Amino acid sequence: MSAHDIHAGHAHDGHDDHHHDDAGPHSTFSGYMTGFVLSIILTAIPFWLIMAKVIEGRSTAVLVLGAFAIVQILVHMYYFLHMNSKVEAGWTLLSTIFTVIFVVIALSGTLWVMFHMNANMMPHHDEPAAISAPQS
Amino acid sequence: MPALNCLLAMSELRMNAGAAGAIEPRDYHLAEEPHVANGTALGFWLYLMSDCLIFAALFATYGVLGRSYAAGPTGADLFDLPLVAMNTAFLLLSSITFGFAMLKKQQGKVSATLGWLAITGVLGLCFLGLELYEFSHLLHEGAGPGRSAFLSSFFTLVGTHGLHVTFGLIWLIVLMLQINKHGLTPENNRRLMCLSMFWHFLDVVWIGVFTFVYLMGVL
Repeated sequence: MSAHDIHAGHAHDGHDDHHHDDAGPHSTFSGYMTGFVLSIILTAIPFWLIMAKVIEGRSTAVLVLGAFAIVQILVHMYYFLHMNSKVEAGWTLLSTIFTVIFVVIALSGTLWVMFHMNANMMPHHDEPAAISAPQS
Repeated sequence: MPALNCLLAMSELRMNAGAAGAIEPRDYHLAEEPHVANGTALGFWLYLMSDCLIFAALFATYGVLGRSYAAGPTGADLFDLPLVAMNTAFLLLSSITFGFAMLKKQQGKVSATLGWLAITGVLGLCFLGLELYEFSHLLHEGAGPGRSAFLSSFFTLVGTHGLHVTFGLIWLIVLMLQINKHGLTPENNRRLMCLSMFWHFLDVVWIGVFTFVYLMGVL
């Protein structure tokens, strides 16, 4: 038996154009409705918090809104995009985790560096206008 | 994964052959390229992830420049939250109607699928119309992308999302014509799966937009 014969055994799913799985994962009505109701709740609460001016502190509001956004993104990923560790033998999840790590590094790194750059470029009001030794 | 199993089986065979002393000529290529089952979904997912990186860059830009008003109007002056809430509702509703279209597709009902897709398209058009109204209102008030760094990054981020929705709508219309003509063939089902991923992905990006741009912008 040559390598050719072994491969011939898999020839039927070699062309995925006609593979029945290609239409995507099986979805259910209850799954979509659960996701829909959850995302309505997770959208309405942040809008209410801001429009009714429930939260006063800026940093508190940013943390709470960020938490709601992350939870809602997870809900959409699971119920609408049918994301789990089994899809494509985990390759979908793996590529998503890579993207999330990349995005977190890019976002936090950018904000961190640019905030410090802005702060360090501010004129020092308590010092004479003449060029002084760099402050640490 | 069939390809991996195939390779493992091949290497096992070679070892057995080596033990038996029979040396057969080695070939280092397969007559046919191995295909992952349902590879289109993974490939399209990788595209969406790379699109995610584009939006991450635009979000980071907005995060840096979002408070640079250049003595111009701020988010609190400009943003109309009830309008944004309505826009969010349109996009969320269009996500669930696309889900219903996918359920009807699973049952093989062509006209019901087309109906739900049409409703999705109308909701997408409503979203786009409201966004264009908002943009023209801002331009009319003199708050165009040239006014300040805040407005430049705002128009770039929200405009890029709007462009994605526009192309999604064009895709939707073309696919509806295809389904109307050829029915729910395997090819059309595959395209429908890709478009549904694209559409839900745009909704996910919009969560970031309404949270970080609009809601945090009026604080």
